[in-house]
Amino acid sequence: MLKLIKEFRKKDFALILICIFLIVFQVWLDLKLPDYMSEITKLVQTEGTKISEVLTQGAYMLSCAFASLISAFLVGYLVSYVSATFSKRTRKTLFEKVQSFSMEMMKKFRTSSLITRTTNDITNIQMFISMGLQMLIKAPITAVWAIIKIFNKGWQWSLATLIAVLILLIIIVILMITVLPRFKIVQKLIDNINQVARENLNGIRVIRAFNSEKYQEKKFEDANDTLTKTQTFNQKVMSIMSPSMYLIMNFLTLSIYAIGAFLINGAGMYDRLTIFSNMVVFSSYAMQVLMSFLMLAMVFIMYPRASVSANRITEVLDTVEPIKDGDFIGDETITGQIEFKNVSFKYPDADEYVLKDISFKANKGDTLAIIGSTGSGKSTIVNLIMRFYDVTEGEILIDGVNIKDYKLEALYEKLGYIPQRAVMFDGSVNYNIAYGKNEIKEDQIKKASKIAQASEFIKKMPDEYDSNVASGGTNISGGQKQRLAIARAIYKNPEIFVFDDSFSALDYKTDYKLRKELKENLKNATNIIVAQRVGTIMNADNIVVLDKGRVVGIGKHKNLLKNCKVYEEIALSQVTRKELLK
Amino acid sequence: MNNGKNKTVAPRMRGRNFEKPKNLSLTLKKMFKYLKPFISVLVIALLLAALSSVLSIIGPNKLSDLTDELSKGLVINKDGLNNIIKDVTKTLNEEKFTSVSKNVLNFDLSNNTIVKINSSNDITLDDKVKFNEFLKNASNLSNDELLVNISNLPDSINKIILKESVIDNVLVSSSDKVSFIKIISDLNSKDNNMLMTKLSLFPSSIQKILLPDSKVNGTLITTSDKLKLLSLMGNDTKNTNVNALYKKVDKLPKNVKKQVKPKLDIKKIKTIIVFLITLYLISALFNFLQSFLMAIMSNKFAKTLRTKISVKINNLALKYFDTHSTGDILSRVTNDVDTIGVNLSQSLGSLVSATALFIGCVIMMFVTNWTMAITAIISSLFGFVFMSLVLGKSQKYFLARQVELGKLNGHIEEIYTNHNVVKAYNGNYDSSKTFDELNDNVFLCNQKSQFLSGLMPSMMNFIGNFGYVCVCVVGASLVINNYITFGVIVAFMIYVRLFTSPLSQIAQGMTSIQSTAAAAERVFEFIEEEEMTDESKITKKLDPKNVKGQIEFKHVKFGYDDDKVIIKDFNCKVNPGEKVAIVGPTGAGKTTMVNLLMKFYDLTEGEILIDGVSTKELTRKNVHDLFIMVLQDTWLFDGTIRENVRYNKTKISDEKIMEALKTVGVDHFVKSLPGVLDYKVKDNDSISAGQKQLLTIARGMIKDAPFLILDEATSSVDTRTEELVQKAMDKLTKGRTSFIIAHRLSTIKNADKILVMNEGNIIEQGNHKELMKKNGFYAELYNSQFKN
Repeated sequence: MLKLIKEFRKKDFALILICIFLIVFQVWLDLKLPDYMSEITKLVQTEGTKISEVLTQGAYMLSCAFASLISAFLVGYLVSYVSATFSKRTRKTLFEKVQSFSMEMMKKFRTSSLITRTTNDITNIQMFISMGLQMLIKAPITAVWAIIKIFNKGWQWSLATLIAVLILLIIIVILMITVLPRFKIVQKLIDNINQVARENLNGIRVIRAFNSEKYQEKKFEDANDTLTKTQTFNQKVMSIMSPSMYLIMNFLTLSIYAIGAFLINGAGMYDRLTIFSNMVVFSSYAMQVLMSFLMLAMVFIMYPRASVSANRITEVLDTVEPIKDGDFIGDETITGQIEFKNVSFKYPDADEYVLKDISFKANKGDTLAIIGSTGSGKSTIVNLIMRFYDVTEGEILIDGVNIKDYKLEALYEKLGYIPQRAVMFDGSVNYNIAYGKNEIKEDQIKKASKIAQASEFIKKMPDEYDSNVASGGTNISGGQKQRLAIARAIYKNPEIFVFDDSFSALDYKTDYKLRKELKENLKNATNIIVAQRVGTIMNADNIVVLDKGRVVGIGKHKNLLKNCKVYEEIALSQVTRKELLK
Repeated sequence: MNNGKNKTVAPRMRGRNFEKPKNLSLTLKKMFKYLKPFISVLVIALLLAALSSVLSIIGPNKLSDLTDELSKGLVINKDGLNNIIKDVTKTLNEEKFTSVSKNVLNFDLSNNTIVKINSSNDITLDDKVKFNEFLKNASNLSNDELLVNISNLPDSINKIILKESVIDNVLVSSSDKVSFIKIISDLNSKDNNMLMTKLSLFPSSIQKILLPDSKVNGTLITTSDKLKLLSLMGNDTKNTNVNALYKKVDKLPKNVKKQVKPKLDIKKIKTIIVFLITLYLISALFNFLQSFLMAIMSNKFAKTLRTKISVKINNLALKYFDTHSTGDILSRVTNDVDTIGVNLSQSLGSLVSATALFIGCVIMMFVTNWTMAITAIISSLFGFVFMSLVLGKSQKYFLARQVELGKLNGHIEEIYTNHNVVKAYNGNYDSSKTFDELNDNVFLCNQKSQFLSGLMPSMMNFIGNFGYVCVCVVGASLVINNYITFGVIVAFMIYVRLFTSPLSQIAQGMTSIQSTAAAAERVFEFIEEEEMTDESKITKKLDPKNVKGQIEFKHVKFGYDDDKVIIKDFNCKVNPGEKVAIVGPTGAGKTTMVNLLMKFYDLTEGEILIDGVSTKELTRKNVHDLFIMVLQDTWLFDGTIRENVRYNKTKISDEKIMEALKTVGVDHFVKSLPGVLDYKVKDNDSISAGQKQLLTIARGMIKDAPFLILDEATSSVDTRTEELVQKAMDKLTKGRTSFIIAHRLSTIKNADKILVMNEGNIIEQGNHKELMKKNGFYAELYNSQFKN
């Protein structure tokens, strides 16, 4: 938590300082109130008081209360300002940090976790700051001040207050010890019931096919039972909370009065009035003390959650990104050339190499295909080209320059990347195709979509190119997303296309047409194609066959069929020999 | 750049949501219908809540009684004091004084006495000389001077002249008389006040005569008491100030104080305190019982709702799931039910007790004193009007905050999950810009909503204080005019606070009831969704063991929407043991065939006959029993390998399971797992996609039914496993009438029948040769892959 303090600016500290002053002022006013109250009490008590005197005191008291309200306004404004700016700034810092992350870091933290860190965790901390900050300042000040005020007014009363505070704290501690861990369990149980329900929903066809509805319902019922039991227990225990708080407050007031009766009875006439008004004042101060301890307890209850969130945030902010940006912004001497020189790669902290000693080269206009079974390292090659990871050994050269020397932005200008899972952004078709570019050139977009075999279905959409694509592309099919993703790369007009198994969602027919169009229209671009279907790549200029992270064959389709056993195996699992040689 | 970007859907967030239901009264009615089984507990709990509030209203009244009792001890009995003083001074008037002095000063200078003195042997010569000298001058002296001179005579002489005497039963010695003479001789005047001041100097015997012991209200007040009283008070109490007076009262002799000092009725105070303790305890107990019962009730209710949803999931037509997202249904199971459970136990109880408290307070206030009641209500209402304005504003910002936060979170989620593409397309400038905009909006709403909602407690406080002062001022004027006692003010001071707190609770309760209703509406909507057609009248049953395996489509017409028919008049007959391949481009609607065969959807027209029996005459369960289904998305659930493979068939022995695993070729792998069949399958597990597929094939083998539906897709499986999977699939098709969503050309070519699908419809059917000859869609599809 403390680490996050560095996210506060000087201005924030100044504002907090003002807050502290205002809160001190407010506490002073709040504690002044009972004085006026007792003054009014006294006036009403004594004979011969004139209404005007009560009115004067009442006016004092009201202006006191009003001033307190005003300062509460100001404090509220400042605190909400500080906490909202803090969350805004921290969220921004965090967002930019995550944006700069490499894939390694994304994997390390997991995307879903990073999302909650940027959203929920920040909100948690903001809540803590906005509520906790005020309480944290106000509670101790009030408590100490109130205690000082009542300290000399009768040790019997002080003792009663002390006992009340102790009982209050003990009850809170006991409740928290019994219930807090169970709250965490409840969260898990909710996840669990969610999981069972999700399972049921996702497997609905299978469940019906196997007539196993009862089996699933029983499973759900078990989860439901445990959840209900734990939650009921928690709420049962918590139902002690509010009655006991009231009981403590009422009993404290009552014992202050009882003690007062005892003291008054034993005192002389002259002291009685003082004791009486002290009693009235004390009972209101004692409530203040009790309340401030209650506030402190709340802060301590809120703190662990905020602290966990804060740690999760600082963990991200403190991460040092291993992939460093270069400063070469590229020149035009060589274009469209890519070369792997003895590249080996293993994941950080892993022992085994995922890729070992990979070398190949593609020149401008070439089509280089990479094929291999799952886990052979095809996608890793793409990740290295994209510098999502850095090579462990060897080097990757683009246009003769090591990719580590490129400014990332310049590197990405040269590359047109189409990932395995097509990605859509919330926005129009135009926005999605022109993604990352500052301007939308409609004719270019149309051309790119035509090549990518997308124009046909785009035209069928309600607003054609202005139609909205939902985030994640939930309103279009997998194949359509894939084609839009390809159109996006084409629109970018890169030197090198990197297709990471990007044709898998396309049917054979579209796959074929698409490749044909690409070849005709983008003669100058280099293509790196990772694929599973032999049909997709058999016409490539060069095919790299991977097996277990090593190159086991490199060459053209026909040669590989003869010379490379792995390639032959892959090919035969997909088509018959006759067709292969057709 | 952001044109076309407009997101309106904000993810539902847990906790604070100010959602409003579409139809509040209907939902509430339904809610009470569903709550019927719990109604007795609910009523008891709410009754307890109301009782507990009512009890807590009595509290302040009693507390004010206590204050009254205590304040009785603050005011001295002034009349009593004055009475005593009057009583005392009654005996002390000039007349009495004169008569006493006359008595005292009655000196004896008769010749008899002179002779007696001069002849006395007890008197020294010296004294006798002094006496005679005095006598010489005596004739020239006034009475007063004479007295002074007498007092200066030696004691021995005085004993005779001022002989001791008994006055009012008090013996006054001659020396007393001498000192008395000396004192009064110093006085210039003999008025009463002068006397009073010298009273303490008088010899005690004289004092006793002047202020004799007497009984006031049955208490004996001695001469010394009286003397003290007079010396403290003078004889006038009217003009001294209270503090000085009370200080003097404290110094009064005990017996007098007893008369003047007010007495605390300790017994009465004790009774009140005991009463209050019992009251507080009972109220707390009721309160506790109320929330305890509510906790039990609301959780049970939540549980029944969840169960209802779970059962409902399995009774809904598949159509529902194809048109509703999983996330939506899930959020009903968890978030919505949770909202209902938590809010019900908290808000319903507090709403009832707050209302009871509010009404009770108003009644009590009017019963106690209507002027004060009106004062309290008007002064608080004034504040509440102001507060409701602020509340309305803050709600608006809260809603806006939810929406803006939803947008921002959506953006963050999009950018993070698509991180690689954002990077590769240098989209981070664009995303940062969007982020900043959204972040700014969130900031604004955040700050405003937080600021306004943070004001609530302070405003409540101020309203309380405002009411307090109003009550005090009006109360004081009433007290001064003796309309009410001080205790009434104290009671109202508490009533004002009691009265303001339930109002905000009621407001909060109302919003939470609304969000509960919104959640409940969604849950009820789901629970009341139309179920699958009733099958209870169906009596026909096909035993999977006796089914030959013939299937026939007769004039089948089908569409997901009634107005959009996709399969038009489809006819086809499949004989026992035949293989049917279903082919077509992605999205051609191959799963539609699965849906129809499995009776997941009802046909629009026509029928499907199994061994000549229409599936319309069979229950869905019966149809399901006849089919083995192995789909592409390998569905393994959380559970052991055993549970996953024998799925739902508890009687299957481990040997049989191992046998099936062996047939499929996954037995080695399973044996390598820790716990073998007891190995728990979980998400992101070490089990690869291919192995998962093999396990689901094994599950199909265990089921053993006459028909098979198989999806061949193995796109995520590596080559070697793919071979295994295909072998296993081939084994599975043996001896069964099979429908295969085909991806392998070999399967397609060897199929007895090929159904070619496009855009949902079956456009061609026949075997490979026939279809190639036809040179239609199939031929084009087939050729496209290898034609270059």
